[in-house]
Amino acid sequence: MMAPLVRDSALVWLASGVVGLSFGAISVAGGLPVWVPVVMSLVVYAGSAQFSAVGVLLAGGGPLAAAATGLLLNTRTAAFSLAVSDVLGGRGRLARLLGAHLVTDETVAFTLAQPDPVRRRAAFWVNGLGLFAAWNTGVLVGALAGTALGDTATYGLDAAFPAVLVALVLPTLRTDARVRRCALLGAAVALAVTPAVPAGVPVLLALAGLVRYGRKEASA
Amino acid sequence: MNATVAMILALAVGTYAFRLVGPALHGRVELPARVQELLAAAAVVLLVALLATGALTEGGGFAGWARPAGVLVGGVLAWRRAPFPVVVLGAAGVTAVLRAAGLA
Repeated sequence: MMAPLVRDSALVWLASGVVGLSFGAISVAGGLPVWVPVVMSLVVYAGSAQFSAVGVLLAGGGPLAAAATGLLLNTRTAAFSLAVSDVLGGRGRLARLLGAHLVTDETVAFTLAQPDPVRRRAAFWVNGLGLFAAWNTGVLVGALAGTALGDTATYGLDAAFPAVLVALVLPTLRTDARVRRCALLGAAVALAVTPAVPAGVPVLLALAGLVRYGRKEASA
Repeated sequence: MNATVAMILALAVGTYAFRLVGPALHGRVELPARVQELLAAAAVVLLVALLATGALTEGGGFAGWARPAGVLVGGVLAWRRAPFPVVVLGAAGVTAVLRAAGLA
């Protein structure tokens, strides 16, 4: 059970490590001290929110705007933590408190893609702990290396993350017509409002797609 | 306390609070089956919205053709049930090659 989990997770870890490198490098190149990206990655541990918060800081937006932008982006983790709460529960308080910190887009997608509860639990911890290690190592190395690294867009990494999510949600979309209807409407809403609203809001507005979920198993 | 430290702390505490919602409610509140179903659907809706905006947009505008083209290739590979590493490396590879060829 572990080998395929590790094999599939390894790519996500590698890609996250490289994105972490670029986060560390961008922060330091923009004039922030090395400890800022490093500490932030350990205690916030949310890639898109970290990029946005540092982006706002470096653009001169101030710490308050930076924190607000990051928090808005991370509101979705509340819904994700609910979706994996069965995996996090039942293992004692410490495991729950630690596990909560590991709730990220990639780890939740990995967990939900598993067919049964035992595998879901294993996937959450294997993917989550490895991702935490890879992300923070990447950020530390990137912050120390600074601008010595090139532009990571050259390697097409920005396409790897949406592709990871496609691979993980496709089995559900293929078999569940109700979820597919909701997801397509939600994605359309998110794309339509993206130019007009602050970062983080489009994905939240996508939840409006749930109006197409319907009452009963009528058309599943 | 310096303003950057305060920003990092606020972001860390707030984010952790969001992440605790699931574990904190679990076992205390018995969610009706209908709500649990909706939560599972909501997670997929959020992930699809993330991948759609992530594939097509950057900073509120269009991300350029190279990235969505790569993601589309990844999607086709996934649809044809290609192994996970093939999907991910295929998407990144196509985007990298298109960029190297001069397409933004």
